[in-house]
Amino acid sequence: MKNHPSLQDRVALITGGSRGIGRAIAVKLSSLGAYVIVNYAKNLAAAEESLTLVRTRGGNGEVLQFDVADAEGTRKVIAEVISRKGKIDILVNNAGTSADGLLIRMKDRDWESVIRTNLTGTYNCCRAVAYAMMKRRWGRIINITSVVAASGNAGQVNYSASKAGIIGLTKSLARELGPRNICVNAVAPGFIVTDMTQSLPEEIREQIKEQIPLAKAGTPEDVGAVVAFLATEEAAYITGQVIHVNGGLYM
Amino acid sequence: MSIEDKVVEIIMEQLDVTKEECVPEASFIDDLGADSLDIVELIMALEENFSIEITDDELRKIRTIQDSINFIKKKKGLLS
Repeated sequence: MKNHPSLQDRVALITGGSRGIGRAIAVKLSSLGAYVIVNYAKNLAAAEESLTLVRTRGGNGEVLQFDVADAEGTRKVIAEVISRKGKIDILVNNAGTSADGLLIRMKDRDWESVIRTNLTGTYNCCRAVAYAMMKRRWGRIINITSVVAASGNAGQVNYSASKAGIIGLTKSLARELGPRNICVNAVAPGFIVTDMTQSLPEEIREQIKEQIPLAKAGTPEDVGAVVAFLATEEAAYITGQVIHVNGGLYM
Repeated sequence: MSIEDKVVEIIMEQLDVTKEECVPEASFIDDLGADSLDIVELIMALEENFSIEITDDELRKIRTIQDSINFIKKKKGLLS
């Protein structure tokens, strides 16, 4: 058995790595030896906090600003990273936003902005890394979707559509890149304690918890552990799948 | 290095074939065992190496090694 960490010498890019689930993913990947590039759109201080957590655990990485919704900027910055680091082995498309509201009152701009960041942003990053991964004949793309992509959720037509779109993208891209030894999977968190879910009213949070067989909210680390596994060599025969991490909320 | 030699070198690397297999009339798909993804990768490698752009329509017309050499020469203004 090899005794070095399973992601030694891997370069991982985590979009939206400054907070919540993205931060937990960055910390976990780095604990397995990966060099982690913590992307953020606006909150430099939070991204640096993620990096500090990485470093205090003996990991290594950097913070990197770009907005995944900006196709041109994303390609430019990612191309620069690939040229500087020589590769990106692992891409975790985690950056996401929400703008909840019932359809009959939804603002067009709230539909568009959520689709643009969550779905188009995922496409933009995949587009920017795929060729470099193909040339190296190794890669892992892990897209963070959501339980609501499968279950639906009143008040989230935009968010759930963007997350369901990510599942279609994941499966098609898994077929395209499979012959190049690149695994593309989606991870669908359920109700996880993050800034995004903490902004929900207390009574709604309690209602959701009552529907969870494991009777508690998940943690970002619960999600990070699954993402990290999918990034390893051990997960080499898993592609095109949606792995649900939801305490049984949706089966 | 001539365009012909460079093209053959790129094809050998991209498709993992020998120099002997790379005769001008060799078809990428029928003779050299390429699939659609191989072709796209090959075209992208040619684009990168010769600093040219190949559209999807043009890509469909390139079936053999000679097609690709002619195409590059044409793009480079070396062939009318």
